[in-house]
This record gives sequence, C-alpha cells and structure tokens, in this order.
Amino acid sequence: MPIIEIIFYLFGGVLTLSALSVITSRNPVYSVLFLVLCFFSAACIWLLLEAEFLAITLVLVYVGAVMVLFLFVVMMLDINLTKLKAGFARYLPVGILVALAMAAQLFILVWSRGLDSQVLVHAADEGSNTRLLGEVLFTEYLYPFEIAGFILLVAIVAAIMLTHRRRPQTKYQDPSQQVRIRREDRVRLVRVESEGEDS
Amino acid sequence: MIEQFTVLAWTVAKVLMIMVPLILAVAYYTLAERKVIGYMQSRVGPNRVGPKGLFQPFADVFKLLLKEIILPANSNRFLFILAPMLTLVPAFAAWAVVPFSDRLVLADIDAGLLYILAMTSLGVYGVIVGGWASNSKYAFLGCLRSAAQIVSYEIAMGFALVGVIILSGSLNLSTIVNAQSGGLLSWFWLPLFPLFVVYFISGVAETNRAPFDVAEGESEIVAGFHVEYSGSAFALFFLAEYANMILISALTALLFFGGWLSPFAGVPIIGEPGAHWFLIKTVGFMFLFLWFRATFPRYRYDQIMRLGWKVFIPITIVWILVAAVFRVTGLYGG
Amino acid sequence: MIVSELQLALPEIFIAAMACVVLIADLFVSDERRGLTHSLALLVLAFAGIITLRLMMPVGETVTAFSETFVRDRFGDILKLFAYLVLIGVFVYAKHFLRMAGLYKGEFYSLSLFALLGVMIMISASSLLTVYLGLELLALSSYALVALNRDSARGAEAAMKYFILGSLASGILLFGMSLIYGATGSLALSEIAGALGQAASGDALLAFGLVFLVVGIAFKLGAVPFHMWLPDVYHGAPVAVTLLIASLPKIGYLALAIRLLADGMGPMHEDWQAMLAVLAALSLVLGNVVAIAQSNIKRMLAYSTISHVGFILLGLLAASPAGYAAATFYTLVYALMSAGAFAMIILLSANGIEAENLDDFKGLNARSPWFALMMLMLMFSLAGIPVFVGFFAKWQVIAAAIDAGFTGLAILAVVTAVIGAFYYLRVVKLMYFDEPENTTPVTAPFDFQTVLSINGLAMLGLGLFSGGLISLCISAFS
Repeated sequence: MPIIEIIFYLFGGVLTLSALSVITSRNPVYSVLFLVLCFFSAACIWLLLEAEFLAITLVLVYVGAVMVLFLFVVMMLDINLTKLKAGFARYLPVGILVALAMAAQLFILVWSRGLDSQVLVHAADEGSNTRLLGEVLFTEYLYPFEIAGFILLVAIVAAIMLTHRRRPQTKYQDPSQQVRIRREDRVRLVRVESEGEDS
Repeated sequence: MIEQFTVLAWTVAKVLMIMVPLILAVAYYTLAERKVIGYMQSRVGPNRVGPKGLFQPFADVFKLLLKEIILPANSNRFLFILAPMLTLVPAFAAWAVVPFSDRLVLADIDAGLLYILAMTSLGVYGVIVGGWASNSKYAFLGCLRSAAQIVSYEIAMGFALVGVIILSGSLNLSTIVNAQSGGLLSWFWLPLFPLFVVYFISGVAETNRAPFDVAEGESEIVAGFHVEYSGSAFALFFLAEYANMILISALTALLFFGGWLSPFAGVPIIGEPGAHWFLIKTVGFMFLFLWFRATFPRYRYDQIMRLGWKVFIPITIVWILVAAVFRVTGLYGG
Repeated sequence: MIVSELQLALPEIFIAAMACVVLIADLFVSDERRGLTHSLALLVLAFAGIITLRLMMPVGETVTAFSETFVRDRFGDILKLFAYLVLIGVFVYAKHFLRMAGLYKGEFYSLSLFALLGVMIMISASSLLTVYLGLELLALSSYALVALNRDSARGAEAAMKYFILGSLASGILLFGMSLIYGATGSLALSEIAGALGQAASGDALLAFGLVFLVVGIAFKLGAVPFHMWLPDVYHGAPVAVTLLIASLPKIGYLALAIRLLADGMGPMHEDWQAMLAVLAALSLVLGNVVAIAQSNIKRMLAYSTISHVGFILLGLLAASPAGYAAATFYTLVYALMSAGAFAMIILLSANGIEAENLDDFKGLNARSPWFALMMLMLMFSLAGIPVFVGFFAKWQVIAAAIDAGFTGLAILAVVTAVIGAFYYLRVVKLMYFDEPENTTPVTAPFDFQTVLSINGLAMLGLGLFSGGLISLCISAFS
C-alpha cells in the first residue's frame, strides 16, 4: 500500500521537524505549539498502526489537557531568552558529548541486533483494540493499574498541600448560607404611622 | 489506484453532505436565536431582508466576508490568522462519528465517544492562541477565563459520559443508541438523570454561552478573546461557536435521549425509528441554548468555577457509582 | 482465586485504604486536635504489623499473585515489619518537631503512609512495572514532604533538586528497564532471569540495560558518584522529613536492588558485581572523608549515609544468600540508627529552630546525662564500635565480601570505617568534654522520650543479642 507509506513519511517528517522546532524556536509559545503538533503527528502514526485507542488518548490527554495548561503558563510568563541562552556556549560541549554518546549507543544497539521490521503485530484482528486494552488492563495488569491510581492521588494531595492556603482575611461568599437565609433575617416589617394632616 | 481514488472521492462527497447542511444550520441558528430571543423579549427580531427576515443570515455572511480583516499592531500575524481555523476544524471534525440514523454515519469507529471528547477538547486552542496573538489585554483576559472554564468543565463532562459508557458497555455511538432501544422510559436520561443535567450544563459552559459567557463579558472585557477580530476571521469564530452548540445538542440527544429512536416504540408509524427523531431532539436542545441566553443572568467567574469543581464533579463521581450498581444488579444495561 | 490473591496483598490493601481514611478523617479534625490523626496513623501501623505477622510466609516459600506482578516471601515480610516499626518511630519523633515548627499538618501523615505503601509495593514487586510504580509512589510522596514547609526557601530548593534529580534517576531506571524488556521480552523478573540464562552473553542491549539499571539504583541509594542531591536534600528538608527520608526509603531501595539485581538480573551477576564494587569503594571513601569537614550535623549525617550505602553495596555485591542477608541486616540496623540520630536533632531543637550545628551538641552531658548517653550509643553504633549493633552489621557485610573474593574492598572498608569513627567520636567529645553554650534543660514529651530511649538502648541490646536478628535475615534468603 504505497499511500499508507506516503502518509507515514508525511507524518513522520512533520513529527521530526516539529520536534526540532520545539527546541530551536525563539518564542516559547511557538515551542509549545510545535510540541502540540508533535503529539498530533504521533497520534496520526498510531492511527496508521490501527491503534486508535492510543492515538485518541494521546490527543485527549496530552493535547487536550496537559499542553493547554503548559500554554497557559508559558503565555503568562515573561521569559527572558537572552538570559536563558547565556550559558549556551559553555554547556554546548557537554551537550554534544551526551548527544554523541546517545547516538553511539543507538548505533551500537541497532548494529548489533539489526532492525527487525516484522515486529508489527496486528493484535486487534478480533475485536477492537480499545476492548482488548481494557480487558488486559483490568485483569493482567490490575495491580499496576491500581498503583498508578494511587500515584495520581498522591500527586493531587501533594499539589493541593503545596498550593492551598487558607486566607482568613479574604472575603468570600458562602452559597449554602446564602441559600439558607430566611426572610426574617433580612427584612423587618415596620408599621409607620402616617403623619396626618394636622399641621 | 482507481479504486482508492473512488473511495476517496466518495468519502469527500459524504463529508460535504454533512458539512453543507451543518453550515446552513449554523446560519439559520443565528437567525433563530435573534428571532426567539426577540419574541421572548416582546420584540419582532430581524424582519427586513427577505420575507419575514429569512435571508438575514446571508446578508450577515456577505457583510462579514466583505469586511477587512484588521491586524492589530504588534500582534502575532501567523497565529492571529491561524486561531479561528484552530477553533473551527475540531468543531466540524467531531461530526465525523455522529450517527444520524441506523445506517447514516460517516465513520462508525469503535472509540467514537473518545474521539468526540478528544476533538471537543481541542477547540480551546483557538481561543487561547487567538487571545494571546491579538496583543490586547481584553482579549488575553478573555482567553484566560475561557480556557480555565473549558478545561474545568471538560472534567465534569467526561465523567458524565462515563455513566453512559457503563450502562451501554461501549464507546461506539451507534451501539450506545441501540442500547437505549425501547420507549421514552428506556432512554438513558432516566437512570442517568443527574449526569444528563450535568452534561448539558457543562456543554453550555464548554461553548462559553450564556449564562457562562464571562469569557466574552461584553460589559467588562468587551468581547473577550475575539475582540480584535473582524471580517471573515470573526465569522469563523462565530461559525465554530454555533457548530459546537449544535454538536452538544446532538450529543445530548444521542447519549441520553436515544438518538434516532422513537419515543413511542411499538406504536405503528410514529413508533418507527429514523433520522427525523434525531433532528427533532437536537433542535429541542438547541432551543434550550437560546432559552438560557434569554432568561438567565450571567454567572460570576468564581461561581462558575465553584459550580464546576465543587458541585458537578462530586455529583458525577457519585452517580458513576450508582450507574455501576445499576449495571451489576441488572436494573439497567448489561 | 482472586480472593486468595487479595488476601496475599492484604497488608498493602490495608495501608492503601487506611491512608485514604487518614487523609479524609483529617479534614474533619481541627488543628488543635490533630493528635487524633497521629493516633489513627499509629494504630494503622500497629494493625498492619499484626496482619503481616499473622500472614507471615514460612521459610523458603514464595507465592506470586496478580499475574506475576506481586510476590510474597519471607524477605518481603521481614522488611515490611521493619518499615512499620521505623515509621512508628518517625511519627512519634516528627510530631514533637512539627508541633514546634508549626508544620503539624494532616498531610504529613497521609503522605508518609503513601510513601510506606510505595516501599511495600517495591518490596513485594516481581515485575519491572511494579518496581517502577512503587518507586514513583514513594518518590512523589517524598518530594512533596521535603517541601512541607513551603515558606522556607531552603526547603523549596531542596525539594526542587530532589524532584529534578529523582525524576532523572527514575528516567534512567526506566530506560534501563525498557532495554531489558526489549532484550528479554518480558516484564516479570523471574522470566527475565530465565531468559538471561539462555541469552548469549555479550548482548549489547542487555549490557546497556544493566548499566542504566545500576545507575538508577545508585542514584536512588545515593552512592558516589550519584550522591550530589543527598546532602542538600537532607539539609534543606525540615528535620522531621529528613528523619523520614533517611530511614524508611532505604528499606525500599534495598528491596529494589535485591529484586532487580538478584531476582531479575541474577544470571548476569558477574557484570553487576564489578559495577557495584566501584560504587561501593567510591562511596566508602568519599562519604567518610567529606563527613569530617562538615560542621552541620544534618550534612554530616548525609555524608555518613553515603558511606553506609557503601557498606550496604558491599553486602549486595557478594551476590550470595549470605551477602544479601548481611545487606538486609545492615539496612535494617542503619534505618534504626539514623532515625535515632535525627531524633536527637529534634530533641535539641527549641521553638522549631533546628539544632543542626555540631556546636548545639556541646555539653549535652551537663544538660541531660541520659540523652547524652543515648546519643553516645547511637554514635558508637554508627561508628561500628564493638558490642554495639553497628559493629556486627559491618562485620557481616565485610565477611560476605571476603567470602565472595573482594578482599581488597573489604580492607578498604575497614580503613574507611576507622576514618569515619573520627567524626562520630567528635560528637561524643563535644557532648562530654565541652562546655554547653546553652544551659536550658532538655525537654520533650513523654512518648518522644520513651521511644528515643528504646531506640538508643536497642543499639546496645541488638548488639548484645545480635544473633536473633541475623538469623531472621538469613532465614529470608534460604
């Protein structure tokens, strides 16, 4: 299927280029938007593999939720790029060294084992892969799945603990009190005698 | 190769068959809004263009298309132009999986509901990017408000859908509708009533409509994130907003009101399911959007947040448990 | 079937559920009555201890559950029991300090219980996935706890460092795990060990995976050259939290190392023995030498931790049941010793200001002879002076290393232990032979005093009767 291949290389190319742009673009907002594009292209590649659940979840979680908050924060920050780039020349040699080491590792791994192009297995032949994933998640991986839930709970507790402050001096409304109010608390009926005409 | 081409052409044709009526529906929805609100406020509404004002939407569209797009000074040109498209694309893309009847659906995919959630969650980018790129404080304030609101209500909305998923046992929209077969009383609005209410109200908040329209807040921040937009760019924002309202109405009809199923199942002729039932229900919910706008005063921002986080999310979580009990005991679903 | 599996994991389930109960119950407790949360947390730990004791696995028996992601054995049960014990001590010690410093919050208890859950999950992990998730649960709780005092710039800096380096370590570990998964095609540790037995030696994928795994473990343990975060975090965190992260996680990390290296990568032990030997040698030398230069006792104890990590590695690298038993014994003893030492800092802290300088210990004998004696026992034990339990711990690991043929390393360990004795004995000298700078009497609540006394006396008691604990540790590996 040549069309599939063309689409794959298209999205693969967009993915690589946008990933590169994330780290090279001068404007942080652009970086975040390029990262969004990255996730999106990756999701499209998942779709080509017929892994629609993973693709949609990637878009839903990363693009729809995580990156929105990223963008939110980055937009509000006044990032001084010259200050950030100050140490660039100094750290460049170290960076290159690490990058070369990583590249060498990848090269050795690929060279020693070869690339196996037959690893793609279509697991979803019977039933949708959403169903299959769900079944595995709640049977075979039940224990790790539950632990992951607790990790998220701890993240919530930690975030609230670190940011939530009680400010007794701030004024706020208590809606339940507002609802519970009765007429007698607010309004008093007063009988006022008319002054009469006897002036 | 020829075969692939025909498949492609047929798909494009089907897409157009959804898109064109949708755009027309948006056009007349704007007219309906002005008319309905007009009558609710004892006015007539637009009645100059065409018989009874029926051609008013076309006049509006041509006016907007012919106007100049003004780029504010120091705005970010590229993102400023991109933002309206970012809003519009997901609003239309979500329609790909909406089933109009038993067989009328563009893409009957298994994870349809997830796809819709993913697409609706993308709409916020247009708002954020547009507000930021405008280089205007009102636009920026509006976009922050709107983004925070959309992200907050998405959670309640997603949770409300979990109840539907539990009872129907599927993420496929056609299967969800079929799981509700039977009359009016076997639709999911009954067992999932709190979720239905939460879902629809969250939908109103997601589309930044009254009474949750602080993001636009004419009286305080002029018009929110699209204050700097004019001409066709503004028209795109407008189009997206109304397309999203129609989408929310359609989804509510599908998920809680049995989609194309007839409320009088079993009765001859009027008991037959069909696309007309789906359209009637959708229009009904679309009317609710207008009704809300005409009657409710605007929520204050902190009250919106409180409602979303402290009221809706707990309600949905509790009702998810109840729905699970329904399912396990076999009362509904399963 | 599923019911019996749940029963196997009963201690974990109990702690998980009760951590949530503590979290919620605390919302309904006013600040003045926080003691209720404290008592509830202690009760939870005591009950967990009873449950684990009742379900204790017999010698040599191993059961897995939840599709090979969870394992129950005697080793795990012993570690879990000690984890409860250490946490009980930590809670009693910490309460006194948190109260003084105005940090007495319910989150401390719930997050600590979640950290304990993470440790327990690591202890009972039999799959790469569970190991990693347990580690993250522990790490996330600890990051938040380090930032407990959010108005302190030092605490925030420490939490940030801990978070970034900890995430880096997790990333490295995860990278190693993914390489090993790629090479063996399995996440279950037993299956990995099986696949390694048949794999051709010199597989680059496995070698890289092992290196990343060892680096990740070394990062978490704080072995040189991956120790940079440790002194800053110990120093920056409130002492009540330092007390926690200096004791409880060590038990988890020991389990992490034994599960991954011994259970999973056992067939490759010749490769990792050499790596651990280098780490151990560097840790022993650097930890002991740099500790001498410290004037801040929290930093001094941090460097002392690094040197003790060297000793623990010494036991591990023997790659024999005796070595693992020695490392376990050392870790358990170390957790008790370091908890006691940090508790002494809390004891001397007044009005929430930490007594973190060595000078604060001057003339302690004149102010409180009894607690000076307790500190003396703790210091002697940390230094490894005979009769105290620290000596037997060092003896065990060195003997295991010699048996495995690492005689040179064993000699190095003895030499550095002698150097290390200097800075422990300096504290003793300050307490007994210097004039106090501050003559206010030492006061602490009754429960704090009792537990600290038991902790100090245990150094002597466990030393005199060390056979029991040692044979318990040996029974875990037979």
